[in-house]
Amino acid sequence: MSRTLFDKVWDEHAVADLGGGMQLLHVDRHLLHDLGGGKALEELRGRGLKVRNPELTFATPDHVVGTEPGARGTRDWALKLVDSLRTETRRAGVTLFDVGDEAQGIVHVIAPELGLTQPGTLVVCGDSHTCTNGALGAIGFGIGSSEVVHVLATQTIVQKRPKTLRARFDGAPARGVHAKDMILALIGRIGAAGGNGCAAEYAGAGVRALDMEGRMTLCNLSIELGAKIGMVAPDETTFAWLEGRRFAPRGALRERALAYWRSLASDPGARFDREVEVDCAALAPQVTWGTSPEDVIAVDGVVPAAKPDALAYMGLAAGRPIAGTRIDRVFIGSCTNSRLSDLRVAASVARKGKVASHVTAWVVPGSMGVKRAAEREGLDEVFRAAGFEWREPGCSMCVGANGELVEPEARCVSTSNRNFVGRQGPRARTHLASPATAAACALAGEITDVRALA
Amino acid sequence: MERFTTLTAVAAPLAQANVDTDVIIRVERCAQVPKHELGRYAFEALRFLPDGAGNPDFVLNREPWRRAQILVCGDNFGCGSSREMAVWALAGIGIRCVIAPSFGEIFHGNCFQNGVLAIRLPRETTLRLSALASDPGTATFTVDLERQKINGEIAFEVDPLHRRMLLEGLDAIGLTLAREAEIAAWQAADRARRPWVYP
Repeated sequence: MSRTLFDKVWDEHAVADLGGGMQLLHVDRHLLHDLGGGKALEELRGRGLKVRNPELTFATPDHVVGTEPGARGTRDWALKLVDSLRTETRRAGVTLFDVGDEAQGIVHVIAPELGLTQPGTLVVCGDSHTCTNGALGAIGFGIGSSEVVHVLATQTIVQKRPKTLRARFDGAPARGVHAKDMILALIGRIGAAGGNGCAAEYAGAGVRALDMEGRMTLCNLSIELGAKIGMVAPDETTFAWLEGRRFAPRGALRERALAYWRSLASDPGARFDREVEVDCAALAPQVTWGTSPEDVIAVDGVVPAAKPDALAYMGLAAGRPIAGTRIDRVFIGSCTNSRLSDLRVAASVARKGKVASHVTAWVVPGSMGVKRAAEREGLDEVFRAAGFEWREPGCSMCVGANGELVEPEARCVSTSNRNFVGRQGPRARTHLASPATAAACALAGEITDVRALA
Repeated sequence: MERFTTLTAVAAPLAQANVDTDVIIRVERCAQVPKHELGRYAFEALRFLPDGAGNPDFVLNREPWRRAQILVCGDNFGCGSSREMAVWALAGIGIRCVIAPSFGEIFHGNCFQNGVLAIRLPRETTLRLSALASDPGTATFTVDLERQKINGEIAFEVDPLHRRMLLEGLDAIGLTLAREAEIAAWQAADRARRPWVYP
């Protein structure tokens, strides 16, 4: 019988059928972070239990650590969380990529970067953007605190088998249109609940043409589509990208793995519960106008007369072009768009001018690995020369947990994933966009069409 | 875990779509406030005005919904972040049951880990319930998980495993630990099948 990529990976991990569509699945990689990792390990210990497979569990501080250049500036309450993660991982024998370690970074940046995430693996983390890992042909999904303790204790997770959704991206995107624009456009088309109850697979020539980092951006926003899981079938791009990474298989083991990885793509004729298509060639750069990622339009579009509460919160008037809206901040970073290729694109725009004098613009690389690689190429110098701040790796202003916030009623163009009410700070106004668009807006001091920057 | 069998309580209408877990509880509260105090900050941006005073327009600040233990919500309630603190915050203001046409999936799972019953119903049914909840005279609902009925007439269904967990107050970790032999056997076979996965 023809099976989808999702079916193959899911079935591979089924330990037991619990009835009513519920299954017990094996977890290959469990990632912990500073926001809940220490507490979960403490709770496990309090119950008299041990981490069942510490060798399959990895931790890094990212959510609450400061990203101030050089100094970090992590606040006292946040340091307590990081300290707890340190103490508890040491006690449990779990590998920690700590602040100062060359491998530290945002969990969903480092897991692929270190080769921890591999095609066909099942990856969970107490963070909804774990779906990012699906870019390698893995099943990755976010879990709650109770489930984190469950995975620590049993190396398994209880899940209901989701339906499947395939989104085909055909046509070549125009210059200035990137993976972020593709996925925002899809969310705009089918809505923030459009993928509810589904595992999404992204397919088509538009996806095949993306590099691994673009695919990660695509999968990252699956949860903003309502889909807990988003995947791309692994191909030669994936295999080449993984080669030589720290935890990726080598030699004879790699050959064995490759044979398996090559079997994972959806079979011809595999059936999906829902199919949608997006023509990439027709897309313009996208920007959000409201307080849900589904509130998205082309950057040369007009603010729609919908959702009056969202418009009031955002301080926007219906019927006006979104371009030309004055901004206060730009944030380039987050597990969505903080990888080397994102920074290269943003830097190529930054080379064309200076950040507007009324705008504060930050670049927060996703990991130490990304930071070092970008610095080797001189991207940090490009950003600094243009007036951007070049910071330390972490979640920073995407999640706003370390006082790295957008001020009330200030307007921020952000490469992150959520424009929710208060997400970047109480009453902060967020416009989601690609790194190219965000960098162009920083220079213009207003929302602008990156395609106009020749 | 606290059991859930039958609940008779005031239901509050919260009709807007895509109420996300950041709105239910801000990340800084998640990081800094102990679990049992999170209720104080539930729906912070909606419940309070910028000066800290209660927002009189927000339903949970008005009688009789101030005492609500049931929420009748819009589409995609609890979307976004996986933070379980969103459920803890709701439980902290006394919410034991949430009803919506659809939920953020991680939030939905988190509810059942905490003795909170999340019920999916077709949109027209939730709209009808929302109308009932909007009138103080009809805002008291009885939710019976044993019979899977609201007010004795509206049938709902939850996953059998979730239902059993709530009815019996079962601990998910305890249930899985009882399967340790199965897990060990699966892992041993998998180590031979996919050795590259194990560092």
